[in-house]
Amino acid sequence: MSPPRQANLQTTNKKRKRTKNMADLEIRNLHVSVEGKQILRGLNLSVSKGEVHALMGPNGSGKSTLANTIMGHPALEVTEGEIVFKGEDMTEASPDERSRAGLFMAFQYPVAIPGVTVAKYLRTIINSHRESRGQDEIKIKDFAKLAREAMDLAEVPREFSSRYLNDGFSGGEKKRMEMLQLGLLRPEMAVLDETDSGLDIDALRTVAEGVNRYAGPEMGVLIITHYQRILDHVKPDFVHVMFDGRIVKEGGADLVGELEAKGYDWIKQEAGAAA
Amino acid sequence: MSTPPPDTSTLDPKQAERDAIRDVNADYKERFGFSDPETGYAYKAPKGLNQGIVESISDYKQEPAWMREFRLKSYRHFLERPTPQWGADLDQINFDDIHYFVRASEKASRSWDEVPEDIKKTFDRLGIPEAERKFLAGVGAQYESEVVYHQVREDLEQQGVIFVDMDTGLREHEELVRAHFATVIPENDNKLAALNSAVWSGGSFVYVPKGVKVELPLQAYFRINTENMGQFERTLIIADEDSEVHYIEGCTAPVYSTDSLHSAVVELIARPGARIRYTTVQNWSQNVFNLVTKRAIAEERATVEWVDCNLGSKVTMKYPAIYLMGEGAHGEILSIAFAGAGQHQDAGGKIIHAAPRTTSSIFAKSISKDGGRSTYRGLLEVAKGATQARSKVVCDALLLDPESRSDTYPTIRIDPPDANVGHEASVSKIGAEQLFYLQSRGLDEEEASKMIVNGFIEPVVKELPMEYAVELNRLIELQMEGSIG
Repeated sequence: MSPPRQANLQTTNKKRKRTKNMADLEIRNLHVSVEGKQILRGLNLSVSKGEVHALMGPNGSGKSTLANTIMGHPALEVTEGEIVFKGEDMTEASPDERSRAGLFMAFQYPVAIPGVTVAKYLRTIINSHRESRGQDEIKIKDFAKLAREAMDLAEVPREFSSRYLNDGFSGGEKKRMEMLQLGLLRPEMAVLDETDSGLDIDALRTVAEGVNRYAGPEMGVLIITHYQRILDHVKPDFVHVMFDGRIVKEGGADLVGELEAKGYDWIKQEAGAAA
Repeated sequence: MSTPPPDTSTLDPKQAERDAIRDVNADYKERFGFSDPETGYAYKAPKGLNQGIVESISDYKQEPAWMREFRLKSYRHFLERPTPQWGADLDQINFDDIHYFVRASEKASRSWDEVPEDIKKTFDRLGIPEAERKFLAGVGAQYESEVVYHQVREDLEQQGVIFVDMDTGLREHEELVRAHFATVIPENDNKLAALNSAVWSGGSFVYVPKGVKVELPLQAYFRINTENMGQFERTLIIADEDSEVHYIEGCTAPVYSTDSLHSAVVELIARPGARIRYTTVQNWSQNVFNLVTKRAIAEERATVEWVDCNLGSKVTMKYPAIYLMGEGAHGEILSIAFAGAGQHQDAGGKIIHAAPRTTSSIFAKSISKDGGRSTYRGLLEVAKGATQARSKVVCDALLLDPESRSDTYPTIRIDPPDANVGHEASVSKIGAEQLFYLQSRGLDEEEASKMIVNGFIEPVVKELPMEYAVELNRLIELQMEGSIG
């Protein structure tokens, strides 16, 4: 294949709408920099609904950057490549457009919004999604029922509805709030940023239980993690290993055990040899 | 679900912002910013101030000699005092270009039906009669210099509660007024208080007898209609022993290209065990200089609370004060200031502990946006002999963009060694991570900013009656969408 023809083919692909063999979330040749520093260097990844993917890798390989880029963090600059969701180019979309299109990211460290109660917040985000679907605002009564059920399911005590969002919450409580929102918004694609190794085991289990509760044919999941601990509770269909801004190894669930036993050094060496 | 194709008409964010600002201006104009013809006005003084104008106001009101003397003495103080230079820029005010007295109607009515048709329509548009029916114990409505409507619920009247406009108060309760008028804020207190003392007109006189608790709020509504108008209302509230009252004021004006002046004096006296709460939702249009002196005295075990929300005006200078004069008295100041484009909100509060075992708090929140400027200016003083005093001062500023400005001038003076005083101040920029979090859950940037700002002021808003909390949130949202007025 001669180079000009390849370029042509890519252009055609870009313009083409969804096809049968295209994943729901397609990340192609993604290059991302932060304040001029290159973090992602040509990353490719495909996740479809009904699949659970795990993305692993050593510290500094760019895992968290990937999660935040998928969600559209304004500090991250995509210098090359694209993010396509359900056949639509989302590379330049704002975070709220991505959310309303069905993308969701569970934050590693959810931020507090002092003065805004959990109830008010949840109702606002539900209504924002309803509005984008052309639906009326949710009735107070319906909301109360929906929120109660979701809170019970996520094991968030009901009295939290009058507390300020994430304000003074413990790590585990914040995670439960994230899973509660996952349950209420029911995204088609959930990215779970669990890169930090310092999370306590309860918080991890909360996330794992949340994923297991809502994963199914209507949702794709991408778990981003440093350690395999969370993967003791959620069984991934696909495992990707990231190093230096790229995916360098892919496999099935058995890759998790291999990484656990051997660490990341052999991956680094393999990647180094390939480069 | 799929992403809709981009709407090219709103792709330019600057244009979208201009559209939003235009819409909001249209909204203020429609809701508050309209002006009415001055047909049927009983009297309008020529522009400018001199001894003759002061005398004619007194003549017009057929006041007793002592009040006329008080006005003239005050006028001399006004002439002698320099314009304050320590705060907002007041040199822009042209005192000769103002109408100091405008009478729109011959008398204060006790029935909306008797209020002249044009003025009644104005207050109908502002929703005042409806509010009276729904949740108020009494209403006063001031239009230009004088109160055109005043009513208090019969059951309260029977219990001896007085709620009238100040002119009526002087006529019908002269001794009570004379004994208290200008005892909290003397005529020589400052230049603007002297001006008010010279040309005051309208405002409320409230007296609540011993032990009477007024459960629902009394509300006064202030409206400036005339261009280049000066409104100088004078309010005096006396809560006798163990009584309770909540007084609320709201203010609006039409949008004019030239400036108006609003300079009020408000005096509160809380007798032993009494409780006064005074709430202001100030929404003057952005051509009004709002320079107000407010001060309260709290005697033994009394409580005074100022809830002061400043959203409108071009320049506001206002620092509600509480003198804790009796043992065990308590004072609270909650202040919200929102400064948008072209606005300077110089606000805060003063608390003076002058008796043992007194307690107080000042809780101030300011928001600056689109180059607006907010200043917190506060004083906390624990005087000699005010042993075992406790106080807490918290002032938080939120900046929405790099063009905006916030300054804090907290003064704390403490004499007794056993005073327990806490002070916290913070300035924060609207957090990029907070915005990203909320946006990632589907709120657009504007909705996300509004939510953060509403959360920021929530500790103050929750102290307001529900109707005012809703109104305040709405006004804040309008401010967030663009500049009002």
